[in-house]
Amino acid sequence: MARNLEFLVVALLVFASSCESAIFNPVSESHRSAALELFSPADGSFGSLEETYEALKTCEVLGIEKKPDIRISACASVVDTLLSTSTAVKDLFHALRVNGILKCELNDEAFAGIESRLKDSLNNANSLLDFYYSIGGLVLIKDQTSAVDVLLTDADKISRSIKALSQSDGRWRLNSNNPESSNDAAGKALEALAGVISLASSEIDQSLIATLKNDIAKLFDGVARYDDGTCYFDEKLVDARGHQGPLSASASVVRGITAFAEVTTESLNVRVSTVLGSSAPPLTVKLMQTFISGSKDASIIDQIVFDDPEQKKNYATGGRTKVPIHVTGAITIDSAEIAILDSDIGSPETQKKLDLPGENAVALSANHLQKLMLSFRLTTPSGHAFKPHQDFLGLVEKFYYLSGKYDIQLTVGDSVMENSFLQPLGHIELDLPDAPEKAARPPPQPVDPYSRYGPKAEITHIFRAPEKRPPRELSLAFLGLVFLPLFGFLAGLFYLRANLKNLPKSTVPATFAILFHLGIAAVLALYALFWFKLDLFTTLKALGLLGMFLMFVGHKTLSHLASTSAKLKSA
Amino acid sequence: MGRSTTTTTTKDAQALFHSLRTAYVATPTNLKIIDLYIVFAIVTALIQGVYMALVGSFPFNSFLSGVLSCVGTAVLAVCLRIQVNKENKEFKDLPPERAFADFVLCNLVLHLVIMNFLG
Repeated sequence: MARNLEFLVVALLVFASSCESAIFNPVSESHRSAALELFSPADGSFGSLEETYEALKTCEVLGIEKKPDIRISACASVVDTLLSTSTAVKDLFHALRVNGILKCELNDEAFAGIESRLKDSLNNANSLLDFYYSIGGLVLIKDQTSAVDVLLTDADKISRSIKALSQSDGRWRLNSNNPESSNDAAGKALEALAGVISLASSEIDQSLIATLKNDIAKLFDGVARYDDGTCYFDEKLVDARGHQGPLSASASVVRGITAFAEVTTESLNVRVSTVLGSSAPPLTVKLMQTFISGSKDASIIDQIVFDDPEQKKNYATGGRTKVPIHVTGAITIDSAEIAILDSDIGSPETQKKLDLPGENAVALSANHLQKLMLSFRLTTPSGHAFKPHQDFLGLVEKFYYLSGKYDIQLTVGDSVMENSFLQPLGHIELDLPDAPEKAARPPPQPVDPYSRYGPKAEITHIFRAPEKRPPRELSLAFLGLVFLPLFGFLAGLFYLRANLKNLPKSTVPATFAILFHLGIAAVLALYALFWFKLDLFTTLKALGLLGMFLMFVGHKTLSHLASTSAKLKSA
Repeated sequence: MGRSTTTTTTKDAQALFHSLRTAYVATPTNLKIIDLYIVFAIVTALIQGVYMALVGSFPFNSFLSGVLSCVGTAVLAVCLRIQVNKENKEFKDLPPERAFADFVLCNLVLHLVIMNFLG
């Protein structure tokens, strides 16, 4: 996984040229944070030097500034590994790779010792990985010190041994006993061969290089495509390290081919033959015309002119051949500075020199009335001014009137610029006015694809705070107090000498009177039940029945009383 | 001058109360019972009002139920008193038993609503 990430960018860039429809997304903060999550050192160091290298290289490729600080522990591990006499070649190789990034302190004698061990192992090598690690180690030593002679005297022999492992379809075997071939091995073999060529003390046989180029062409016949047009090298071989994914295989092939292309520089060759295929008489091919088609691509047209004046009667076909050429070069950048201007012509309020493409950390602040000016000059190797294919975008309306701290990144790039770069310049504090009512709303922040399936923020339920209740004693005291008027009422009745003398004496009306009072008590009890547990409909049904009963007995009782009092009156 | 006025006012008030009490003694006992009931209900309502003023009106429906129960029954008792008062010629054809039946029915309906509202 780490290896995949490491060369993902490189692989995509190279394939983009041949696979036009591939979707290429720029490196973003989400990639960086994902990489940092993948490479988190435990106890200040990574497990192995290989992993250390992957972490460091990933940080370098993705432009991560806040690298985990592992320099001390990693350097100690590198020095241990390189000075130990029992280290395997593979570990030497990884240690040298880490050293290439960290530049730990090693003296030339140490390098000389490692060099002799790598050459020993190269002489005894019989598998592709032995060659790969030994030659890779020697190339790394050559890059890291000039004091040690790493040139190979028997480069031809070594390259033939490696070539012997290649298959007819352009892929490579890991060793001669294993019939399985893979793209991953092809990439490693090409990288090793490129190393051999760069380390060779004498010129390598050109026919071997031609054969290798042929092999690379065959390798590309096996390229596969995803639905979106992205090309990749599939990997079917499952070796001891488990399945190598297509991304890893593609990265390996791309590294191999890139390394190989770097060491085999090529002049423009023109092959001329007669119609019948025999070699042509002495002649000169003249470069007739060079012109720039499109913006950057140049084309040349050549014409054949015979040297021998007697041949003038003969005609040459294909006299004008058009060959597209893509010229690239390293662009130098100088007099870079960044400034905040009060107006278009005003004097700069703050002005800072920039070191491009080096490290910069400027801190600026500005408001919406000021202008930010970033200027630098690009010069081609031949000294001409160069205008890269780039744009500075109008910024303020894209900020949606959001004040705050913004990071500034400068990208200078072009297809012909070999040293394109993306460089953080620092940050700027912007103090922007409040947004007008009709201003566009800022778009929702893009969802980080790595967190889409992650846990969401926890929702804490907030209940309404319960109402303040009075102390229990106070409520009980008032409950008692409420009964006082009742006692007062009863006492008053006693004082007034109220009595029940009016209650009917004879049996039947007395029964009705008692039933009447019981009925009222029953209705009140029903109300109490309604308050405690019953619902309204049950209560109403019961109340209907009770009400009819109460009406009947009430009517009986009260009419009896009325007739009694009427009798009294009339009497 | 002022003192004599105050004394006169006090005396007048005392005389007024005295005449009121002597007049009230003549009131029939059943009306006195009803008056006592009204006072009982109003005092209960006042106690609940004091309670609410002390601790706040949080279960407001309960407070309303309690107070309205007292005030409502007091109003009904006043109506009953008007109807059973023999001096009142307007209701002379209405027997006091019928008025009492109305009183009981209205109280039952009122307290059904009160119970529903009590919560």
